[in-house]
Amino acid sequence: MLLINCPYCGERPELEFVHGGQAHIARPANPAECSDQQWADFLYRRDNIKGLHAERWRHTHGCGRFFNALRDTTSDLFLATYKVGEQPPTQAQLKGATA
Amino acid sequence: MRDLSAARQGPYIAASPLVRPLPPATRLLLRGNSEVMAAALGALGLEFAETACRAASASGRSALWLGPDERLLLAPQGAFSEVFELLRAALAGRPHSLVDVSHRQCALEVSGPQAGLLLNCGCPLDFDPAAFPVGMCTRTVLGKAEIVLWRTAEHRFHLEVWRSFAPYVSKVLALAARELTP
Repeated sequence: MLLINCPYCGERPELEFVHGGQAHIARPANPAECSDQQWADFLYRRDNIKGLHAERWRHTHGCGRFFNALRDTTSDLFLATYKVGEQPPTQAQLKGATA
Repeated sequence: MRDLSAARQGPYIAASPLVRPLPPATRLLLRGNSEVMAAALGALGLEFAETACRAASASGRSALWLGPDERLLLAPQGAFSEVFELLRAALAGRPHSLVDVSHRQCALEVSGPQAGLLLNCGCPLDFDPAAFPVGMCTRTVLGKAEIVLWRTAEHRFHLEVWRSFAPYVSKVLALAARELTP
């Protein structure tokens, strides 16, 4: 079974987790100033990346926290997980971790 | 609050040599920041620690870590008023949420040298004492039901199961126990 590393609980089986969509989408500071197109983009338009993708995940049947994960969408390999509010690890950091 | 405990019946629990239902208890779900947790556990005479997935237990009262801002507090059934008043006094003025979930859940105990193996029928966690030591607790899944699992001794686990899931969980365990040698 695929193990996902929760930043709070450690490695847990995948069936405790729920996918939460693309990560790092900032809500416009003042929605009233957005055009309809900008607002629709914020609400609905998401990247559909083949390869490394930053996603939100939630440890629903565990600690209940949301966190972010870097996942390769072609191989389903989780390269890193990190807490909400933190920046994703850079390519150099990822290379250092896997080397 | 009216006490309806006398009129309440426990859910159906399938008979199994390794599983037994535990008596009704007081259960409170506390949410709040570290200050709130430290104050609450201090008031209950429990040791506070930030460590993930660990339970603190002393003189019949326990606090189970469920999340960074969430603890499940357990006490004997008759201790509800005492525990609730202690917490209310200790947490006055601090933003928190304290909810009585005593009747939402029931407790099962799985014991015996094969307890971990039995739970592995529906729960993929590693129950080796090195990976899941005594005192570790976590919310997880067993089959299709969500449970709270707490290792109280090397060969004994405490399960908190939602009332309506209890017949299912106990039947899954009873069925799996038939595969194990007694």
